[in-house]
Amino acid sequence: MEHPAAVRATELRKSFIVTERESGVGAALASLVRRRREEVAAVDGISFALQPGEIVGFLGPNGAGKTTTLKMLSGLLHPTGGEVSVLSHVPWKREKAFLRQITLVMGQRSQLVWDIPAADSFELNRAIYRIPASDFKSTVQELTDLLELGPLLRKPVRNLSLGERMKCELAAALLHRPRVVFLDEPTIGLDVTMQRRVRGFIAQYNQRLGATVLLTSHSMADVEALCRRVIVIHHGKLLFDGELAALVGKFTAHKTIAVKLEDGEADGVLAERVLAYLGQYGDVISREEGVVTLRVPREETARVTGRILADLPVIDLTVEDPPIEEVIERVFAAESS
Amino acid sequence: MGLGDVYRQQFRTTLASFIQYRASIFIWTIDRILEPLIYLVVWSAVARATGGSVGGFDTAQFAAYFIVLMLVTQVTYTWVMFEYEYKIRHGSLSFALLRPIHPIHTDLVDNVSSKLITLPLMLAAAAVLVVLFRPVFSPPPWAAALFVPALLLAFGVKFAVEWTLSLSAFWTTRVGAINQGYFVAALFLSGQMAPLSLLPHPLQVAAAILPFRWMISFPVELLLGRLSPGQAMTGLAAQAAWLALALLLLRTVWRAGVRVYAAVGA
Repeated sequence: MEHPAAVRATELRKSFIVTERESGVGAALASLVRRRREEVAAVDGISFALQPGEIVGFLGPNGAGKTTTLKMLSGLLHPTGGEVSVLSHVPWKREKAFLRQITLVMGQRSQLVWDIPAADSFELNRAIYRIPASDFKSTVQELTDLLELGPLLRKPVRNLSLGERMKCELAAALLHRPRVVFLDEPTIGLDVTMQRRVRGFIAQYNQRLGATVLLTSHSMADVEALCRRVIVIHHGKLLFDGELAALVGKFTAHKTIAVKLEDGEADGVLAERVLAYLGQYGDVISREEGVVTLRVPREETARVTGRILADLPVIDLTVEDPPIEEVIERVFAAESS
Repeated sequence: MGLGDVYRQQFRTTLASFIQYRASIFIWTIDRILEPLIYLVVWSAVARATGGSVGGFDTAQFAAYFIVLMLVTQVTYTWVMFEYEYKIRHGSLSFALLRPIHPIHTDLVDNVSSKLITLPLMLAAAAVLVVLFRPVFSPPPWAAALFVPALLLAFGVKFAVEWTLSLSAFWTTRVGAINQGYFVAALFLSGQMAPLSLLPHPLQVAAAILPFRWMISFPVELLLGRLSPGQAMTGLAAQAAWLALALLLLRTVWRAGVRVYAAVGA
């Protein structure tokens, strides 16, 4: 028998009524008499399902509808249309049994009490979520180890750096060991080291508890490190749902081949001949320190690689997909035009 | 475990937060001491100028009225009306909504905690004022006994009404105007500026029909021994009725407000 999905959205829609006016006093006065109202679909009929234990990247440019979707999944927003089910609950009813099993972390907002140490906020959450004392103790210990919270827990939250606060924020959100975790930009504003630590932590949490994680991030490093599967939305519509690798395959028709040649081959007199030779297979996009990078059509990759290896004095050759940022950029650009 | 545990933890949290704001808390408390003190000085002067008493209050009785008023105000005040606009506009209510507990519990404990912290200062101020102004009041024992439930009900009514009003922030950005209107009405009709019996008759009626008298004035009148047993019982019944009505409204308005919040977002 197939497991029921942990999260399921069917034709999910959310539209907002926005009033708008031009700038200036005249327009301000005019808007007193008649307001121009417009219905804007923030989420426009998207469907997907997450299996228990899956960790999925939720991608899209600013304003694509990611946060709106997360808010509908966590129960903060009532959908305008379609259906949504999380752990077999209807989120917007916000039943206690539901709320005890989920969490929403918003990287730009804080649930911790500003003026007191995070440890005190943790105690408050323990009481609110009715976490048994022994579980609480071991969970805090575990989170403290994983996130290296030690000394941070005793300082007032307002004295923590952004990264330190974010770690405490994550810990506070996971004390009740939610089975479904919604993360909205969990690494925003963090330095590279801290980002890596938070990513590692999310991966471990997912593995240890088999929790389902849906994560939005502008950091492709987050997505590549954590998510095999991604869902891409744009203008409230679903563009792609599948493996990250397939996204790259679908939206890029090229691969890059970097060729390192024996000393001197790529420079000087010979260079022109080499470049002319490589140019017949694809576009030379860079040429530095003896390495020539070539962009070739995907399906040609194998053949071209073979020819280059046979014809040139190659020291090293690598075939790569274009960077994921570039792929995503291309996805959105293609959609907008 | 359960709600008691939440209350205990919330109390500790609030206490810890308040300690960070000792100076502000001190200033706000001084504020609540000064306001009745100013009215007391003014009314005493008026009483002396008009031959010793105004509307059945001489200077010692005014002193008793405003000192008791100060303590009742201390027990019944809330600040939820200033908070909700911020919480709703800035989306911090979202976190509260995602917790498996009604946000009103936090507000209630917050409120009670702050009062426990400032109570010693208030009592000290009251003692000083008693020495300075020599109030006279001798409530019958039954009235003194009923004062306690009347005071708690007064707090209940005020908290429920103001919590409900603060939810107007779900619908409008002009919460400030609503608050202002409410506070002006409360200033006159709850007996903060003058004993209600000194007001024109229509205003007295309005104060009794609206919840205002039952939020502050009624327990004061009771402790000053100005009510008959019959009036006291009617008053307690009015408080209970207002509390029930306010809680009912609170529930309805909260649900409707959260629906709007869920529709519009923040």
